[in-house]
Amino acid sequence: MKSITRRSVLAAAPSALVFAALPARAAKQYGPGVTDTEIKIGNTGPYSGPASSYGTIPKSTAAYYRMVNEKGGVNGRKINFISYDDAYSPPKTVEQARKLVEQDNVLLIASPLGTPTNSAIWHYMNQKKVPQLFVATGATKWDDPKRYPWTIGWQPNYQSEGHVYASYILEHKPDGKIGVLYQNDDFGKDYLKGLKDGLGDKVKSIVVEAAYETTDPTVDSQVIGMKAAGCDVFVNTGIPKFAAQAIKKVAEIEWKPLHVISSVGNSVGATLKPAGLENAKDLVTDFYLKDPTDPQWKDDPGYKDWVAFMDQYYSEGDKTDGGNVIGPCFAQTLVQVLKQCGDELTRENVMHQAANLKDFTVPMLLPGITINTGPTDFAPIKQMQMARFDGERWRLFGPLISGAVSG
Amino acid sequence: MTVPPHETALLTRASPRAAVLARPSPRHIAIGVSIVIALMLPLFMTSFITFQLTLVMIYGLAILGLNLLTGFNGQFSLGHSAFYGIGAYTAAILMDQADLAYYWTLPCAGALCFVVGFLFGLPALRLQGLYLALATFALATAMPQILKFHLLEPLTGGVQGIAILKPDPPPGVPLSADQWLYYFTLAVLLVMFAGAANLVRSRTGRAIMAIRDHPLAASAMGINTALYKTLTFGVSALYTGVAGALGAIAVQFVAPDSFTFLLSVSLLVGLVIGGVGSIPGSLVGGLFVLFVPNIAESVSSGLAGAVYGVILLLVIYVMPSGAAGLAHLLAARLGIQPNRTYR
Repeated sequence: MKSITRRSVLAAAPSALVFAALPARAAKQYGPGVTDTEIKIGNTGPYSGPASSYGTIPKSTAAYYRMVNEKGGVNGRKINFISYDDAYSPPKTVEQARKLVEQDNVLLIASPLGTPTNSAIWHYMNQKKVPQLFVATGATKWDDPKRYPWTIGWQPNYQSEGHVYASYILEHKPDGKIGVLYQNDDFGKDYLKGLKDGLGDKVKSIVVEAAYETTDPTVDSQVIGMKAAGCDVFVNTGIPKFAAQAIKKVAEIEWKPLHVISSVGNSVGATLKPAGLENAKDLVTDFYLKDPTDPQWKDDPGYKDWVAFMDQYYSEGDKTDGGNVIGPCFAQTLVQVLKQCGDELTRENVMHQAANLKDFTVPMLLPGITINTGPTDFAPIKQMQMARFDGERWRLFGPLISGAVSG
Repeated sequence: MTVPPHETALLTRASPRAAVLARPSPRHIAIGVSIVIALMLPLFMTSFITFQLTLVMIYGLAILGLNLLTGFNGQFSLGHSAFYGIGAYTAAILMDQADLAYYWTLPCAGALCFVVGFLFGLPALRLQGLYLALATFALATAMPQILKFHLLEPLTGGVQGIAILKPDPPPGVPLSADQWLYYFTLAVLLVMFAGAANLVRSRTGRAIMAIRDHPLAASAMGINTALYKTLTFGVSALYTGVAGALGAIAVQFVAPDSFTFLLSVSLLVGLVIGGVGSIPGSLVGGLFVLFVPNIAESVSSGLAGAVYGVILLLVIYVMPSGAAGLAHLLAARLGIQPNRTYR
């Protein structure tokens, strides 16, 4: 009899605990990895391997959380940012993401880096219903709240950029004959698709679609082909090496098209200098972040704050590297989501608040660009601004342009 | 292996050959204990550790494939990431587009890799040592680009790769998906390891090793060196290809960036750590490949690569002939005579 009594007491205990816990839960709801003093956030990034030059992005993100913690955390809770190396290898990302979710018990995974790596954990995160927030990649597919309600992008996707180029061309050269240079993979095709969709019924004005392989030695023949076909608009979406070759070739054959270059290839150091700055004059492109090398921001309060942050918390980071600009932006966006969550830090509410950002902005976005999301809108940044190269640096011009495209 | 003592005695008297079969050698005991432990492990581990151990077995199998070629036949390869990738893509494409059950993809991946390995072995016949290493290196470098090639894109999914669903355990089996995959992999592993052990012990195996030790003498003995070398290439690719297929099923995703040259290097590291020419050593190699980068990262995330290098150097210094060599040395010190010795 004795044992039965003991057993029934034991059986009753959990239900008593549940009742005791109920009133408390109404006030504070915690998902995995959350306590009164801490929120565990997971992340993966390429600290080693072929893409290790991007490793500075999660490092600058981590530095920003250190600053947040020193200033008291988010609603009194410190952020415990656990970031693992995946060497840009998809199977390793799966292993590390599972470690974060199943062993470290993180509340969510924030700004994991890379398109193939995020693709590898896409199904897993949605199966497990763990938020995969603000992925650090420009692919368009992350904006798919119906099929993947636990994954959300951040930066403007390549298709949106294509849209923006289309509306610029329609405004300035409505009767132009367009030649497009693109990389023969999903990244290049995203641009092409965005451009075509943006042109709408004017899509026939694209007369040459020239693809290149990353293994090609040059893109000279593609450029010459466009001039021969009578194009007067050139949309150049190549990565820096090929974008530079194309700019040089355009000057060599004395072709004078309206030359649009994509954000992937618009770096002054990586593309324009090798191509020759004099050849790059009058190029147009788009920006959404403040370029840290651009002197026009030197008195901007957002830029000054960023420099102060870099000096104090990430002094070894390179202040001309755009990666160190975008890293803190990811952190600032997540901090806003956590603030909005208040004391209801469950995975469901995190996702709900991530899809409930209204006119939020972070200091290193171009003035006026805001982050907006909704239950059917998982593309936080949709605005960009055009810029023209004056022979020395990019000059922003015109209004902010929106190019919302969902995946 | 649990034969009562008096029965052993009877058998010994009856026939000396039967006695050899019946008396459990230290080696057999070790294998038996390992299998029992392997069977018990998932019951006590979290699903994440179970998943990691599944990956260890998969890398172990891939390293065994490389071992058959390099350790037993003396042909060097830096291209096994390509065979691993072909196996993985075969499984992923068959599951994704042909709706084939996951277990049928293994023989398909193995067969395809055998053919590819055999064909690659033909031109490789003319190459020795460093030159063969370079040729196989080219294979490893070409693989990710071939997978991205636009004509193959409808099949391979281009740079985005292919996502596949994790197989559920058969109805009525009270296991989680991770546990089921662990046991499935373990079963495949045991069959493949037994196959490799038999191959190495057979007449064919002796021919394969004779070619490694002295190619000229081997052909003087009447061994068809060209045939055996290409066949070994094929079998080696088969093993690594089956591992690739299992890897795709476990990770649920394939992409060209998963099968770069770095994977080949990892397999080679595992081979040397486990012991060149040791079948069980391949599993030790798998453990090293999976866990040591994680250990290095936990020591210092900034210097993970350097820490990994230091660990690698220490391990090579402490056991220059790999884990298998160390095990033999310890066994000899303890006075246990292994019933067979491999190199």
